[in-house]
Amino acid sequence: MYNFEFEKPETVADAVAALGAEDAQALGGGQTLIPTLKQRLASPAVLVSLKGISEMQGICTANDGALCIGGATNHATVATEGGAYPALAATAAHIGDPAVRNRGTIGGSLANNDPSACYPAAALGSGATIVTNTREIAADDYFQGMFTTALEEGEIITEVRFPVPEKANYQKFLQPASRFALVGVFVAKYADGVRVAITGASNDGVFRWSEAEAALSANFAPEALDGLSLSGDDMISDLHGTGAYRAHLCAVMTKRAVAAAS
Amino acid sequence: MAQVSMTVNGKTASGEVEGRTLLSSFLRDTLKLTGTHVGCDTSQCGACVVHVDGVAVKSCTMLAAEADGADVATIEGQANADGSLNVIQQAFQDHHGLQCGFCTPGMVMSAAALLKENPKPSEGEVRAYLEGNICRCTGYHNIVKAIMAASGQDVSAIAAE
Ligand SMILES: Cc1cc2nc3c(=O)[nH]c(=O)nc-3n(C[C@H](O)[C@H](O)[C@H](O)COP(=O)(O)OP(=O)(O)OC[C@H]3O[C@@H](n4cnc5c(N)ncnc54)[C@H](O)[C@@H]3O)c2cc1C
Ligand code: FES
Ligand code: FES
Repeated sequence: MYNFEFEKPETVADAVAALGAEDAQALGGGQTLIPTLKQRLASPAVLVSLKGISEMQGICTANDGALCIGGATNHATVATEGGAYPALAATAAHIGDPAVRNRGTIGGSLANNDPSACYPAAALGSGATIVTNTREIAADDYFQGMFTTALEEGEIITEVRFPVPEKANYQKFLQPASRFALVGVFVAKYADGVRVAITGASNDGVFRWSEAEAALSANFAPEALDGLSLSGDDMISDLHGTGAYRAHLCAVMTKRAVAAAS
Repeated sequence: MAQVSMTVNGKTASGEVEGRTLLSSFLRDTLKLTGTHVGCDTSQCGACVVHVDGVAVKSCTMLAAEADGADVATIEGQANADGSLNVIQQAFQDHHGLQCGFCTPGMVMSAAALLKENPKPSEGEVRAYLEGNICRCTGYHNIVKAIMAASGQDVSAIAAE
């Protein structure tokens, strides 16, 4: 690891100011960034920890019923205190392992947008709003491909707002070595329709499966998906599975998520 | 360099760290508490698990500067006041929960965190909680058995491997 200065501001305003310095980068739980620094794939001059900012911690319910999660809230807290949105709490409860969940944050996960990560599927599948220090971004506009998001340099995710659906479920087909999803499918049924978001499969990162959404909006049952499939041509192909295998898993895991949704 | 100060196993510990100094390095190299092992240094194996403010973390994946002011517990602080093994450590010995012992500090610290959250876990819950603790020797059966025994449950029915 190259050396860097470490700062731990206590307010979003101070963090934004600290991130204005040249080659400054935010540090959430470090569960992705520290391994990256060790590999010298990043070399910030200053790391600005967001863990000391109390206004970015914790969970609350907004007036419209949405579940609001502070950007620096760790996965373990969402798992134990996110009960108002059970499928989201269950998603958080299966990220990595207990030690990763005690440090890793929702803001870090969404900022990183790993193509196999769990929270991007939950956020896109729920039509969440990503709130930053400058604006609110709809999940549909936020995810822009593998490791790519709408965030500008120095922009901080301060909160994520999840509308709570009637029913939802996340099915993660575990890649046991990395403990990420080989394929993960988040299905959520809202009064105005069903959303299906898939992680781990596409070369473009998390995406919505619109055909499945239309079929499930008409009939929220696993059979509604009979005959629907995705092409594996543009899917991730690696030693863990071919694109065709991942495409097959997408359909299987979507059915399982519908069957398990509650 | 910056000065950090934390409580480690009940005693105040301070020292100079660089921005990049890992908590695992601070414990091992500065405080000479080498019971915390570094197996992979890539956040995978869990040999480096310690408790920070009461919860399990991988000390190879946390900056020492982040632990400034925190309450840290390592394997060195686990034994009873009279130096005898605590109930989890004793169960690891009684049930042969270790072979080479490299993973053991992390296993014991994860087990302690689990039993604090869930005093009577099922076998499945123990296995799930140890997802991030890798052991190359034992095949896990006796580790799981030791943790179940440490929680005061009857382990005679669990296969001894
Ligand atoms: C062994 C292991 C298993 C894992 N398994 C899974 C899994 O199953 N599913 C899964 O989804 N993830 C998994 N992860 C990743 C984990 O969830 C990370 O916590 C997460 O991807 C990054 O969050 P972080 O808070 O640790 O961010 P960091 O590592 O600190 O930062 C990641 C990136 O986000 C930026 N950043 C951090 N916080 C913010 C913010 N609030 N606003 C803007 N930018 C920010 C940083 O600058 C950096 O570029 C795993 C990690 C490990 C080590
Ligand atoms: S040394 Fe920290 S997880 Fe392996
Ligand atoms: S006892 Fe050798 S690695 Fe676990």
